[in-house]
Amino acid sequence: MALEAVKPGRITIEKDFSPSPFMQILVPLIAVILALAICGLFLLLSGQDPFAAYSKMFFGVIGTSYGMTETILKAIPLMLAGLGLGLAFRMRLWNIGGEGQLHMGAFAATGVALFMPDYPIWVVLPLMFLAACFAGGVWALLCAVPRAYLGVNETITTLMLNYVAIFWVDYLVYGPWKDPEGFNFPLTATFSESATLPALAGSRIHFGLIIGLIMAVILYVVIYKTRWGYEIRVIGESEPAARYAGMNIRRQIILVMFVSGALCGLAGMSEVSGLVHRLRPGFSPGYGYTAIIVAWLANLNPLATVVVAVLFGALETGGYIIQTSGISANLVSVIQGTLLFFVLGGEILVRYRIRLAKPAVSAGEDSA
Amino acid sequence: MSTGFIIAVLATAVTAGTPIFYAALGELISERSGVLNLGVEGMMLVGAVTGFMAGSITQNHWIGLLAAMAAGGAMGFIHAFLCVSLRANQVVSGLALTIFGTGLSGYLGKSLVGTPLPDPFRVVDIPVLSNIPVIGPILFQHDILVLFSYILAPLCWFIVFRTRAGLNLRAVGDNPGAADSLGVNVFLIRYVSVIVGGILAGIGGAYISMAYVPTWMENMVAGRGWIAVALVIFATWNPLNALWGSYVFGGIDALGYRLQAIDVSMSPYFLKMLPYLFTVLVLILVTQRNMVYRIGAPKALSVPYDREER
Repeated sequence: MALEAVKPGRITIEKDFSPSPFMQILVPLIAVILALAICGLFLLLSGQDPFAAYSKMFFGVIGTSYGMTETILKAIPLMLAGLGLGLAFRMRLWNIGGEGQLHMGAFAATGVALFMPDYPIWVVLPLMFLAACFAGGVWALLCAVPRAYLGVNETITTLMLNYVAIFWVDYLVYGPWKDPEGFNFPLTATFSESATLPALAGSRIHFGLIIGLIMAVILYVVIYKTRWGYEIRVIGESEPAARYAGMNIRRQIILVMFVSGALCGLAGMSEVSGLVHRLRPGFSPGYGYTAIIVAWLANLNPLATVVVAVLFGALETGGYIIQTSGISANLVSVIQGTLLFFVLGGEILVRYRIRLAKPAVSAGEDSA
Repeated sequence: MSTGFIIAVLATAVTAGTPIFYAALGELISERSGVLNLGVEGMMLVGAVTGFMAGSITQNHWIGLLAAMAAGGAMGFIHAFLCVSLRANQVVSGLALTIFGTGLSGYLGKSLVGTPLPDPFRVVDIPVLSNIPVIGPILFQHDILVLFSYILAPLCWFIVFRTRAGLNLRAVGDNPGAADSLGVNVFLIRYVSVIVGGILAGIGGAYISMAYVPTWMENMVAGRGWIAVALVIFATWNPLNALWGSYVFGGIDALGYRLQAIDVSMSPYFLKMLPYLFTVLVLILVTQRNMVYRIGAPKALSVPYDREER
């Protein structure tokens, strides 16, 4: 401990090398409460009753089977995309192109569904699965390869390609893939039975949930129990150390980004095949962006991602429910952004110890 | 293509580039101090909506602009507090700022969609310059914010490269530890730079909703904030390059828009992709160029400064 005189009552911040698990749970919890409080204040200022809004959101989600079902349905794409983005973030690869990779996955899956209508389900669905993984992965590779070989900033390129992918889907559904019997609406034809992910036990919840859960477990094992996962974690912690240890960083960038994009592509496939049953513009209300927050709040842990995705599914559902009270669903993004601010700000409490230095004392009395 | 068409495209390139310029200049100053801010898109959106809102209520575009500057500055303050004081991850904090700003602007602007702005920024008549053939219509038949950017770019260049304040700014971005030991207040400079960056992004956003379009639509910044971040790299952290660079990006935007108007056979969806594809392509080329000529980002970019680790 430093014995030099400190000013009375001065706040010092020191690194805490073994953050307690208690703090790691407590800090996000406090962040949620503070974020809700701030947004409540914001609602109050804009002339709404925050308690009425929050209770409507809460009981609309918890109290009804509609709310619970919607929560899980929205959690599925958030889970898959959150798992993909989290994997990239672990290597400090800022893939924020989840939305575009999701759109490309949906596009590829739709392509298979539309052009192979007469094949059996065990041919079509696996092909859709592979096509979506491939399309999402390749879309991410378009940014990963320049990043790996030239050091091109992947944050900007992945984001730019989001717009391109969305316009590409728009082009298809307004143009060549428009359903000829669809009364000129921008929709593709409805998928055949064999291109539809089966529903679970008579509900609207589809098989995408199972895919998401399986992927979470696989990723957990890969990240924490395999050599590949170990390399990813080392590169994420310290690239120089990884290079010194002889790891092939370029190869890892490309592999990780491909898998990351493939998982986001799967999110798109599960949306069109499990829920919408066709491709239409705006089928994703920004899941690829929300998944960024999901991954970060889950501390990039695949199993925690599942939990956070369900919570965010509930939040998104709540946002839809309060729209009937004339409150814009944009409130949900405000809450999510605020939440992320508080979690980020709170991280200093986990990583560092803040202490109020006692007035300077002589060495003998210090640790009495 | 007639000369009239080309002049019209170039003039639109200037107006389309101006919001990108203001935002990029803000990001440039912030990055020069060592703080990466990926929240430009969010700050621009909040600037656009507050500017439009205040401008509608007061029927005065100057008050609208001030409101946009204040809102952008406040967003910058959040980022500075998280990244400079709390040493949070700058990438994630910037993303949070963008998500927050997108939601907030949509929330605040819900009732403004489709309403006209009573007093938008209009073309000002400058006597001699705007009458020069070709150059006049391209560069000078514009509103006051475009004209102001012509002064702002060289002014910022002068401050960054020729004054003591600029030297301190660059020192803080390159080697905060050394700057600190020479008595430069690293935290203060970073705070001021990030907040100034927010103010400029606010102006950029307000330019879109109060001069370029001028109306409010949800998400109307449409990725220009991200293009501004790319432009900073393109401009090699130099304000003068940012000015002409913004016209290149604005020109692609304008070209797509103008080609749509004269009915080319290309699908409008492909024309809309142009600015984004162009940005990716330019970023790849520019990164390669910067590598060859060893032009790098400020050396401490996106590294939080911790006095204990000096």
